[in-house]
Amino acid sequence: MHPAPSVIIFSSLSGAGFGLLVFLGLGLPTVTGWVAFVFYAIAYLLSVGGLLAAAAHLKNPKNGYKSFREWRSSWLSREAWAAVAALLVMAVYAGAQVFAGVTLAPLGWLGAALSLVTVFTTSMIYTQLRTVPRWNQWGTPVLFLLAALAGGALLSGNPNAAGLLLLAAGAAQLWHWWKGDRRFAEAGTTMRTATRLKGQVSLWEKPHTGENYLTREMVYQVGRRHALKLRVIAILAMAAIPAALTVIPMHHGTAALAILLHLGGVLTSRWLFFAEAEHVVGLYYGAHGNLLANSAERSLA
Amino acid sequence: MTTLPASTERSLGLVIDLDTCVGCHACVTACKGWNTQNYGAPLSDQDAYGDASGTFLNRIHSFQVTPDAQPISDVVPPRLAQTVHFPKSCLHCEDAPCVTVCPTGASYKRVEDGIVLVNEDACMGCGLCAWACPYGAREVDEAAGVMKKCTLCVDRIYNENIPETERQPACVRTCPAGARHFGDLSDPDSDVSRLVAARGGVDLMPEQGTVPVNKYLPPRPKDTIAAPEMTDEGEDVLAPFLAPVAETPQGFLGWLDRTLEKI
Repeated sequence: MHPAPSVIIFSSLSGAGFGLLVFLGLGLPTVTGWVAFVFYAIAYLLSVGGLLAAAAHLKNPKNGYKSFREWRSSWLSREAWAAVAALLVMAVYAGAQVFAGVTLAPLGWLGAALSLVTVFTTSMIYTQLRTVPRWNQWGTPVLFLLAALAGGALLSGNPNAAGLLLLAAGAAQLWHWWKGDRRFAEAGTTMRTATRLKGQVSLWEKPHTGENYLTREMVYQVGRRHALKLRVIAILAMAAIPAALTVIPMHHGTAALAILLHLGGVLTSRWLFFAEAEHVVGLYYGAHGNLLANSAERSLA
Repeated sequence: MTTLPASTERSLGLVIDLDTCVGCHACVTACKGWNTQNYGAPLSDQDAYGDASGTFLNRIHSFQVTPDAQPISDVVPPRLAQTVHFPKSCLHCEDAPCVTVCPTGASYKRVEDGIVLVNEDACMGCGLCAWACPYGAREVDEAAGVMKKCTLCVDRIYNENIPETERQPACVRTCPAGARHFGDLSDPDSDVSRLVAARGGVDLMPEQGTVPVNKYLPPRPKDTIAAPEMTDEGEDVLAPFLAPVAETPQGFLGWLDRTLEKI
């Protein structure tokens, strides 16, 4: 899939932002006044900034407001509702803490739950797509939720929780890659099922000489030569090194380093999430043959 | 409404004969022409005289098929490789994933005839429906920023201002090979349903669970069609034409050949 910067930035940053809101809503830490203002400013910049980045992905943003309509069937619509609900509830909770010095704990819990739901709905937009087998697995929501919570723990200054959640997010990431590499073959969609032709099917001629919307968006051939190196970088930056940093006594310097590394690692991981994802429509364009051949070899071995 | 209707009154769709399609792309051109001048936003092209790219609702892929290795005794005469031209557009699925993912309600499936359409006034161009479609049947128009897809020429098939014979999708009307058929696939007595039954029509990617309305008729193995039956009673009528040609040259050319050999 085409790794659009807007969508990568959105899912990474808003994940960390909503993760921070989860911890603030749970009262970990309970903050008031200016300290609270700084915490909430960071959380809202990340979450709202991410949502605005996602709006840049729309080809016709003037109709964006209509995306609240179909919550009964569409995870994207549910995400819109969850995000607005979480941001509004947490705004009241944050306002009371910042301006009145009052902590309305139950409201915070509700806001924390809604923030988690928001991250879950984001992940389900991808998880629901049977057409992209790599995403169509339960590891996707687990990875998104753990990454958001780990980022939130780091940003909210909870080193112990952060250490554990970073390791859990790292494990979820490793599982997602391991399982993701096998999902296309598991899904069972091949050139034979795509064309229902009997025999060895290969593309003889494309329907047109140039590229089109589909090949740019779904059959995007990124230089995946460095995918393994990027996976190592992503797992070290996103999980391993920040987790190690949480063991040593934290101050603002190490915390900032851990957060920046973590966010950089999550961005790398999300780039791979899109760039490595194979859409079944690629089969009509002769793509993924190597993938299926490799999986066939694996199943024979 | 982006929830799917529980059932539709009719299931209008196409039956595409892969045995007959010659890959001429006439349906692509007719589709582009009709849908650029009539219903909804036109299908734009970008840099048409350079690095051309544009929106199409119907595209023809071509595949090469090599039969699986089988014992010769099983398939006589042995099947050969063949090319198959493969037209592909929206399949108007019963369980259309493009409809349920739409957050704005722009994508919908009509109860009265099962046609899947996009309300362009409500589309925000997020592209999620194109991601959800396994067949590549939806393309965002780069100029209008809205999702475009096959409408089964909804503005032709019900159009009382054109002669009745014209009230068919542009691709069906134009196909010079007669490879495309249009009708109600929910009616077992319709021409298209009988054609599907007679020729063993199939769904594309059945494992994706989309339950397409459009059906594809598989190509017949070319080298078994009308193959002369060989019997002991006599030679095949074509046999004289297949007799070996005399390799020894005669007449002047023969003399020239022999002379040149001697030199």
